[in-house]
Amino acid sequence: MMWRNLVGNSGRAWRSRCMSIVRRFEHVSPAPKDPITGVTEAFLADPSPNKINLGVGAYRDDEGRPVVLQCVRDAEAKIAGSEFLESVSAAVNSKMVEESCKLIYGKDSDAVMEGRFAGIQALSGTGACRLFAEFQRRFYPNSHMYFPAPTWSNHHNIWRDAQVSARNFCYYDPQSKDLNFEGLINDIKNAPEGSFFLLHPCAHNPTGVDPTEEEWREISYYLKVKNHFPFFDVAYQGFASGVMDKDARAIHIFLQDGHLVACAQSFAKNMGLYGHRVGCLSFICDDSKQAVAIKSQLQQIARAMYGSPPVHGVLLVSTILGDQAIKALWTEEIKIMADRIQGMRATLRESLEKLGSPLNWEHITSQVGMFCYSGLKAEQIDRLVREFHVYMTSDGRISMAGVTTGNVNYLANAIHEVTNSGYEESQILGESGF
Amino acid sequence: MASSMLSLASASASASPSLSLHDNLKGRVKLGSVNFISCLPDKTSSSAKAKPSGRISMTVGVNVSRFEGIAMAPPDPILGVSEAFRADTNEKKLNLGVGAYRTEELQPYVLKVVKKAENLMLERGENKEYLPIEGLAAFNKATAELLLGADNPVMKEGRIATVQGLSGTGSLRLASALIERYFPGAKVLISSPTWGNHKNIFNDARVPWSEYRYYDPKTVGLDFEGMVADVKAAPEGSFILLHGCAHNPTGIDPTPEQWEKIADVIQEKNHIPFFDVAYQGFASGSLDQDAASVRLFAARGMEILVAQSYSKNLGLYAERIGAINVVCSSADAAARVKSQLKRLARPMYSNPPVHGARIVANVVGDPALFGEWKAEMELMAGRIKNVRQKLYDSLMAKDKSGKDWSFILKQIGMFSFTGLNKAQSENMTNKWHVYMTKDGRISLAGLSLAKCEYLADAIIDSYHNVS
Repeated sequence: MMWRNLVGNSGRAWRSRCMSIVRRFEHVSPAPKDPITGVTEAFLADPSPNKINLGVGAYRDDEGRPVVLQCVRDAEAKIAGSEFLESVSAAVNSKMVEESCKLIYGKDSDAVMEGRFAGIQALSGTGACRLFAEFQRRFYPNSHMYFPAPTWSNHHNIWRDAQVSARNFCYYDPQSKDLNFEGLINDIKNAPEGSFFLLHPCAHNPTGVDPTEEEWREISYYLKVKNHFPFFDVAYQGFASGVMDKDARAIHIFLQDGHLVACAQSFAKNMGLYGHRVGCLSFICDDSKQAVAIKSQLQQIARAMYGSPPVHGVLLVSTILGDQAIKALWTEEIKIMADRIQGMRATLRESLEKLGSPLNWEHITSQVGMFCYSGLKAEQIDRLVREFHVYMTSDGRISMAGVTTGNVNYLANAIHEVTNSGYEESQILGESGF
Repeated sequence: MASSMLSLASASASASPSLSLHDNLKGRVKLGSVNFISCLPDKTSSSAKAKPSGRISMTVGVNVSRFEGIAMAPPDPILGVSEAFRADTNEKKLNLGVGAYRTEELQPYVLKVVKKAENLMLERGENKEYLPIEGLAAFNKATAELLLGADNPVMKEGRIATVQGLSGTGSLRLASALIERYFPGAKVLISSPTWGNHKNIFNDARVPWSEYRYYDPKTVGLDFEGMVADVKAAPEGSFILLHGCAHNPTGIDPTPEQWEKIADVIQEKNHIPFFDVAYQGFASGSLDQDAASVRLFAARGMEILVAQSYSKNLGLYAERIGAINVVCSSADAAARVKSQLKRLARPMYSNPPVHGARIVANVVGDPALFGEWKAEMELMAGRIKNVRQKLYDSLMAKDKSGKDWSFILKQIGMFSFTGLNKAQSENMTNKWHVYMTKDGRISLAGLSLAKCEYLADAIIDSYHNVS
């Protein structure tokens, strides 16, 4: 095929045609920045040496550096040199799903032992949620998805793009900085039968406020009465208490109560596999035949979205969960990460109290997981960025994973500064918004 | 007192609710009566938190399954071919259904340059942090330059929006989502036939599509008049899906002159060209040559969508690495389009996988590795060309009917449409243990020189003796 000589003859005529260039994208407006990743972008652009990124929920060590867990390095060494698969083989596929399901449902759970689960790998938590949303639209087109108020901002985007109607249920009470349990139960009772409820089983994002075990039992009960579908977004298993099984307690309760739940699991945070996009979407089913049907539908949805999941992350997770020694190491490393965060919570609270802050900072230590819902107001957050180069999302959510021994005092000072100035005597401890 | 009632209720209820539910698990028990004492919170207290109410007894059972209506999805047609092949015990069996490159020994091939890149990455011990939504910057730059050429005015003017995607599929899906949102009601025209997953992607993205004539079974070649007519007849502003090179599944590509005419018609009707580039470098062995069709359209100043994949040309099938590119009339438009592609990607998977992107960036970014890659690609494309030649020679030598088998040589890339119909294709499998798809497509990537003569015998028999 001789391409070289073409421009001469036909080119001339067409060059004149080209003068009137069609502009098709004029109506495409610039998209607003993502509220979470936009924070990182702004942070990266800031030249200040004192800057602190408390935006995205990615773990940092006490030097503020990203961490690759040793268990991951071990797994990487183990799989190195293994030939590329052309797509994730069925065996690796099933193994990863099975191990993921054991991790969240409990290896002794009836459903797992009886094979009454359907699962596929997903592109981390986001991908798992999106698959579920697409499944919901396909098979329950008139249903509503209820989100806790507030929830991770991307949840709204996911269900909206999947064209599933979304609503909120009461969750966080800004007055008490605690769970609005009564409101929550009422919303469950009032939702049309067969609605879908998205629940964070532990380390709620963004508030860090989790129901107690007793409260979970009530929630489970009322969801069952109304035949609602409980969907768990499990992004932080291990980060709440440091113990995997403990953090899955809510789901175990639901299983005991006979719920057929679905879970979106992410390995981004608890295995530090952020960039590999590896997670799992699973459904508990009535029987294995149903599981096969559901799995086939999920695979079809995935095939038209991205084909198959990236193999590297899948192999890593499968190796870590399947190798006893590596898994044991992982369990230790999770505890270290969770403990460090808890330590920083205590230190930040102490520092603020030592500075003489008149405000109540109890919530810093009572909230659970990676985030602290600080209660800071927009003007205060703005000052933190402009004057102190401290970055967080505009809802006042602080990623405690970004706090270190090195920056905690600076941070406490900064927060104290912006909350102390203009403080009025008449404000009572514990009221909203300071 | 309210609080003591509360604690009584809690005490007796805490052990029982789960058990009674559990008992009813296996049966399909209708919702029974529920007795419980609920204690509403004392609203006068300063604490707003309500205590959970206790349950005395429950007879809530499992309702009829919510999954009753969910049927088994239809099986993947190509998967069936591989499974049947595996089950066949005949030693002569040949798997020509496979859509992945195989060596002469019919083994999967991991490019040496990929192994080197991976080792470099392992040594460096890079972190696993999130990529930005649009993907790895070094990869995006490299992939756009590979597509258009680093010196292309489009690159210099910053008129291209590039977002890393999950191989070709993911990139096509992002493009489809962009079409659905910003060109509602616009249709995509796809070739008849085309890759089986194209329609699935457009269906799930809710983008309407229709077909344009492409394959002519009479000539086992391109129905060019039909194609032009159908493209002309489409509503103005349609998206025309074109295979950049090595058309899948036919292996039939337009000639350079035909590409010019296609571009003419598309411009005439204000359509938007939408390229699927899954085989750049893999078709002819030359990255630049295989991008000629896309570059032709870009040279005319057209706005173009291009989905790229590194599954075949770098053998990175399982790592899911590709990109969606939108060539725009201005840098401002490109920036806006890129921001909207990001907004579509965030609720799909937040950010793309890092591993494959790093491999590509490392290979393309290092002159030595890049040179090695080009050489390996020439080898792969070369092997397929050799196999085509041997198959053609075998067919011409063995078939005395005078049939013209030269379409085997004219077709390009991994696949070839043999012109065999369904019954003939079945004969290939049933009698000759040659596994292929029922549309007559064979994968030359799965053919070795050693098996060409056997295959020729099978084709000749099926063509002449089966109708």
